[in-house]
Amino acid sequence: MKKPLALAISAAALAFTSAALADDPKEGGVVNTIIQPEPPGLVLGMVQNAPTRTVSGNIYEGLLRYSTDLEPMPQLAESWEVSEDGRTYTFHLREGVTWHDGEAFTADDVVFSADVFHRELNPSARAVLQHVESIEATDDHTVVFTLTQPFGPFLLSFEAGTFTMVPEHLYAGTDFRDNEHNDHPIGTGPFKFSNWERGTVIELVKNEEYYEEGLPYLDGVNWHIIPDGASRAVAFENETIDVLPSGTVENFDIPRLAEMDNVCMTEEGHEYFSPFAMLWMNNREGPTADKRFRQAVMYAMDREFAKDVLWNGLGNVPLSAFGSNARFQNDDLEPYDHNPERARELLDEMGYDGEEITILPLPYGETWTRWAEAVQQNLREVGINVETQATDVGGWNQRLGDWDYDLAFTYLYQYGDPALGISRTYLSDNIAKGSPWNNVEGYENERVDELFNEAATAFPDEEREKLYREVQEILHEDVPVGWLMELGFPTLYRCDVQNLVTSGVGVNDGFKDAWLDR
Amino acid sequence: MSFFARFAQNRGALVGLIILLLIITMAILAPLLFPESPWRMVQRPFLPPLSQDGFPLGTDTMGRNVASGLMHGAWVSLLIGLVSTSVALLIGVPLGAIAGYYGGIIDDVLMRFTEFFQTIPNFALAIVLVAIMQPSITSIVLAIAIVSWPPVARLVRAEFMSLRNREYVEAARLVGQSNTTIILRQILPNTLSPIIVLASLMVATAILLESALSFLGLGDPNVMSWGYMIGAARTVIRQAWWLSFFPGVAILLTVLALNLVGEGLDDALNPKLSRER
Repeated sequence: MKKPLALAISAAALAFTSAALADDPKEGGVVNTIIQPEPPGLVLGMVQNAPTRTVSGNIYEGLLRYSTDLEPMPQLAESWEVSEDGRTYTFHLREGVTWHDGEAFTADDVVFSADVFHRELNPSARAVLQHVESIEATDDHTVVFTLTQPFGPFLLSFEAGTFTMVPEHLYAGTDFRDNEHNDHPIGTGPFKFSNWERGTVIELVKNEEYYEEGLPYLDGVNWHIIPDGASRAVAFENETIDVLPSGTVENFDIPRLAEMDNVCMTEEGHEYFSPFAMLWMNNREGPTADKRFRQAVMYAMDREFAKDVLWNGLGNVPLSAFGSNARFQNDDLEPYDHNPERARELLDEMGYDGEEITILPLPYGETWTRWAEAVQQNLREVGINVETQATDVGGWNQRLGDWDYDLAFTYLYQYGDPALGISRTYLSDNIAKGSPWNNVEGYENERVDELFNEAATAFPDEEREKLYREVQEILHEDVPVGWLMELGFPTLYRCDVQNLVTSGVGVNDGFKDAWLDR
Repeated sequence: MSFFARFAQNRGALVGLIILLLIITMAILAPLLFPESPWRMVQRPFLPPLSQDGFPLGTDTMGRNVASGLMHGAWVSLLIGLVSTSVALLIGVPLGAIAGYYGGIIDDVLMRFTEFFQTIPNFALAIVLVAIMQPSITSIVLAIAIVSWPPVARLVRAEFMSLRNREYVEAARLVGQSNTTIILRQILPNTLSPIIVLASLMVATAILLESALSFLGLGDPNVMSWGYMIGAARTVIRQAWWLSFFPGVAILLTVLALNLVGEGLDDALNPKLSRER
């Protein structure tokens, strides 16, 4: 009962000084936020799920951090150099960094993490490591990566979630998955793991020994686990929760919550992932095999409507295969506007005979179901005979993996660079039955393959840009898939939580700089 | 007293009949009053009722006309109710008739089979069936029929057991009529009145079942039904009450009307019983 009084007094005291100190961060305070769903584990690199990245991005760190423009920023690496030929990357590590258990962080940890730990456990790091010939620690604070050939997006791969630094002294020579320290993750980050009450809360506390002077400001971060969406919204409404990371409440709740007093919303902090919603179109058979039909679908859809009504106006309607957050976007392309007339013309031209096609919604909740209904209606209005087939996640995975569909909704992460997140959808050697995440549409175009492959390893960036611009023109014309929307994933928070989103992964590593103006 | 006069003696039944006729009219008039698809997004979303001409019940999350959805939904609900009940009768009546008429081991086998279905909770079985067959009008009708035939079979069996030794049946047997003829022409017509009463109640149950399935997202995604409307509106109930209210009232009235009519039919078809009451 003492606490509220003390708070009231300090609040009153602050009221006098706040004008003078408006921009000076205050120390102290604990932020309550949500993690949804509960992560299966907290050791990054071993567990790759989104909720693990969100919590553990504050415990572990990578060599680099990325701004909301996806520019690399120093983290464990203080500075870095790229050789003239684009094959050698030298990282200079910060000195005086210690693990949460007091041991010093050195170049050996980097080599162990990259060369041993991630090579064994982490498929997304492995995809990058295939371009790496050798990793060497030249002294305690210098690491040199030598690539087999230039790889444009290399500098974008050092985010904490993808290339986590794990402590060699705890993991070397052990069975990683059975390591006793997995229950008590040890990182270098601004917060230390404190307690995990399963099904209730994950508590992180301030790392007093953190190497950046004065950081973090907060005493701790509590990640509450509340399985029901409506209850999460209520917890935010009654101020139990200060921060709602993106995706923790349903879309239709967002406008209501955002309108509350003292609630702020930001769309920043998802640039690194930049989820891109797409409509798979089966390029192999049926009307969707005809380019004109696929173009007609693009013209028939009212994508602005979907953005405004289903996504509360957040997000972005893309021009073609490259989203606005991806590098090398070609913005000279003509947009596929909502143009039912043009769609009908194209259908007449190809002689579409009214053959029935099916559409598979993404079984991820109400918003996606409504979206499929809207697209179905858009298509019917230009004379396409389309039926929706409801399915569950398993059925969706299976039917896409078996190529048993005409149209299907999905969304994919872009990871900042076309070679990491975009080319995989269009490369013909990425056609393989059984997975709903590769070139599912069955698009094959030799020139596109050439351009993408060349661009991935071209050097420097101007070269890459030229190749990527050309590939976008071809894709824009061929429409291998429907480009629906770059999704806006807003973060909601009390306005007195300051400086929350400072990087391209948002709250995943954001509590480092955050402070409470209370 | 004529059949209708006896029916009309039950005031409730008369009210039920009127409501039912209204709903049927709604279903018939839907394509005339709202020729456009109820899925069409015609106005801005979340218009409250009576706020704009042409949208007496407002618009839903996607700007679709709620009134249009309600009218088109009436047709879907009634269709599913009637067809699935018919299918359930087609399964239940022959099974019950054979079991009740022949008795003995045939009766045992058929009744154990019926009990097998009766012991599984209706709704759970319906969910499983629809999930396996993929949601569509056909799979929903089948699922509802499959979970609702056992009571029919049991009712018909009981009727047959009590009728099979009556004198007129013995007489028919003596004349040399085949079993099939006796079942179809002698006994079955005499069991019709309880079947009709049961069927009218089954239509109501079927409508409820369909609504519940659609509410859970297991409805046919290509037809606008009342259950679907409520299911889709559930998530925005705090912002837009009217989206779940009107289809909810429609379901309530339809089911109530069918129950009242069923009771009226019972009175009219079994005048003796109703007078004793």
